[in-house]
Amino acid sequence: MDNQILLQMNHIMKIYGNGVVANEDVSLELRRGEIHALLGENGAGKSTLMKVLFGIEAPDQGEILLKGSPVTIKSPQSAISMGIGMVHQHFMLVPSLTVAENIILGVAPKKGLFIDMGKAVSAAENIAKEYNFDIDVNQRVEEIPVGVKQKVEILKALYRGAEILILDEPTAVLTPQETDELFVQLIKLKEKGHTIIFISHKLDEIKKICDRATIMRNGRSMGTYNVADITTQEMSRLMVGREVSLTFDKKEQRLTEDVLLRVRNLTVHNSQGVLKVDNLSFDLKGGEILGIAGVEGNGQTELIDTLTGLNKRYQGEIDVKGQSIAPMSIADIRGKKLAHIPEDRMASGCARNLSIQENLFSNQYKSPEYSGRQLLKTKAIERRSDELIREFKIKCSSRKQSVGMLSGGNIQKVIVAREFSTAPDIIIANQPTRGIDVGAASFIRQRLLEFRDAGCAVILVSADLTEIFSLSDRLAVMYKGKFAGFFTDVGSVTEDELGQHMLGIKRAEVLEGVVYE
Amino acid sequence: MSSAKKFDILRTLLSVLIALGISFVLIFMLSEQPVEAIKNLLLGPLSSKRNMGNVIESMIPLIFTGTGVCIMFSANQINLSGEGAFQIGGLAASCVAIYFTADLLSPAAALLCAGLAGAVFSVIPAILKIATTASEMVSSLMINYLALYFGIYMLNNVIADPKASAASYELCEASELPVLLDGTRVHLGLIIALLVAVLGYFFLYRTKMGYELRLTGENGAFAKYSGVNIVKVVVVSQLLGGFISGLGGGVEMLSPIYSRFNWTSLTGYGWDAIIISTLAKNNPLYTPFAALFLAYLRTGASIMARRTDVTLEIVQITQGIIIILVVAEQFLSKYRHRLIAKEAKAALKEEEVA
Repeated sequence: MDNQILLQMNHIMKIYGNGVVANEDVSLELRRGEIHALLGENGAGKSTLMKVLFGIEAPDQGEILLKGSPVTIKSPQSAISMGIGMVHQHFMLVPSLTVAENIILGVAPKKGLFIDMGKAVSAAENIAKEYNFDIDVNQRVEEIPVGVKQKVEILKALYRGAEILILDEPTAVLTPQETDELFVQLIKLKEKGHTIIFISHKLDEIKKICDRATIMRNGRSMGTYNVADITTQEMSRLMVGREVSLTFDKKEQRLTEDVLLRVRNLTVHNSQGVLKVDNLSFDLKGGEILGIAGVEGNGQTELIDTLTGLNKRYQGEIDVKGQSIAPMSIADIRGKKLAHIPEDRMASGCARNLSIQENLFSNQYKSPEYSGRQLLKTKAIERRSDELIREFKIKCSSRKQSVGMLSGGNIQKVIVAREFSTAPDIIIANQPTRGIDVGAASFIRQRLLEFRDAGCAVILVSADLTEIFSLSDRLAVMYKGKFAGFFTDVGSVTEDELGQHMLGIKRAEVLEGVVYE
Repeated sequence: MSSAKKFDILRTLLSVLIALGISFVLIFMLSEQPVEAIKNLLLGPLSSKRNMGNVIESMIPLIFTGTGVCIMFSANQINLSGEGAFQIGGLAASCVAIYFTADLLSPAAALLCAGLAGAVFSVIPAILKIATTASEMVSSLMINYLALYFGIYMLNNVIADPKASAASYELCEASELPVLLDGTRVHLGLIIALLVAVLGYFFLYRTKMGYELRLTGENGAFAKYSGVNIVKVVVVSQLLGGFISGLGGGVEMLSPIYSRFNWTSLTGYGWDAIIISTLAKNNPLYTPFAALFLAYLRTGASIMARRTDVTLEIVQITQGIIIILVVAEQFLSKYRHRLIAKEAKAALKEEEVA
């Protein structure tokens, strides 16, 4: 009975409060002891299906059978009690607590009213040993690297008795080396009899470790396949519904004479006084894309916030088109034709309750085209909104629809439409395609290249290495606030090499070509 | 109209009905003459021209303070100083109206001073917020007492009429706002109030500054990122909110209801403004309707209290329930979800057909 069916989800439908149908009709069947890939592009409904399974969202239709009997999973607590554990894409750990404390949180061994810390530590150590995880359980979570945090999340789920382990895009935050290590652990877990649902849209990873794959597209399941029997091309076709080329035809580079962005000895501390950007210098000319890779939290956010004027506390010099930004307000910096696609689109990229139209003009309502001394020129704004909606293919019912009602990809298009519509000379794009569907992502990448060809200077911060490789003219790797590697010939860099720089294993002493002098 | 919007209206109406229903139950439990009481509550305001006039007259201050709060809340500045601004506005208007007796100019000057006094008063929390990051909610709540006791001080020591008890000198006749409808006390203030509501809407939805206010109110981080001057928004929204509330206080003081300044307690219109802005969803254009509703309910309640054995407090309970239900986002959320799911499924079917 080793192919015994452990879990079935039949005809699941889930509609969100904003009317988005995330799952239209999805079925999933899980066999005991397999690594089952849930494959689909961003926005296909993978995460939603898993939220239904983990009791975070209630399905509008459909049934779940666990070991043959129907169950209702009302909350994550009940999912856990049924032996289902989930490792979220964004870790749910308390940074100020130790690894052991995080593992036992909520199910702590007690001595009277108090937590029995001795027992807690030994319990955490035992479970780490049992599964061959090499972790010091007494470290604080804020001090450990991302790859280890993920291990803590997995241990947390195992400690709670998870038989089925859901991993939501576990490799998205990992370097290539950390990914390999994770795969070794997953195979060990499988050998111990655990069943793993592995959510991903990276085909090569699925080929490497998964037994079967259920492919999703547009909220529907497109079938379940034995990974050994299906080619990556077929998987890709089922996932996207058409052939998508990941390569772009990049035109011959034509650099401008002037340096548009000049950064010298930039040092930034965050609000807690921690050094985040460490004496960084670089130049950027028009007509090029500078890619910045690196594991999240190595100073990319602080660097971008400082370049765009959101953070005013820094040492060093930043010149935009030859002028220091130190005395400038954010509006002044934007006035220098600098566009900014922010990292977190919901936190600072849009106002979800305002209409698409109102979100499209936040950076240009002051221009004489769209307003007089006091009044907004509503007619002109409406006309331009409709134009932008058409040009950027924003899927919506009208320009009056609230942005919060759109899907992630369309929200990102609203932001990109707004930032690109001012004919910028400098574009600072921070994770411009994170979490959006393949179509929208390739549309945005194509636009970035067009701006580059038109003589625009682009900074691209991205966790998507394929994106970084295919777009960048020069490539920097950030590690602990410094450039640990800098490449002027992007074609010659391997992913493995990049990974070593991202982890800080390899650090370049001399950065050639980082400034034009 | 989208189902979400339809639902919003439905929920507000339902909240009102449920609250009324609960009040009726209470009336039946407490009253010897419940049917008579309910009839007076619901129909009393329509029973005479004077009563109808009372409804409209008591709408006026509510529109002013309601619009003031709509503007401040739209910018997410939870400034609760409308109460004090109204008080200070009334005081400023009476000070001008006592000593400045020119025809036409007197009411104009009095109202202007009332607005300015309200603006200066309500911007204090804004300045404290910018200078010290003190929460405007707490500081604005506390300074209302400053307005009250400053008013009482002025009343007792500066403008007190020795011949009257606890009242100022008489306001000059030239300052009184004319009555619009004979046989009632509906006065010119109604026109000013409606104008303020419309202008308030125009300001928020048609001007650059109004847009900046709403951007900041909906997502401050987004407004900052877009290049909006947040400090300006914080100051302007509260200046304007205070101006409108102060103006409301001035209008009220110059209305035929008062001939002398005699406010020795807070009027409550500042608190009512929060009910108004909640019902109006922070859109000044809807404040007259919300004010009409509240004024009608209160007039009905006072008629009921006069003619039967049910006291006024019953309506306060009704108000409270309405607000809780309107504000409670999760109220009827299951029904809302079904509505939206139905619409989404229908859209799916349509797509398949097409």
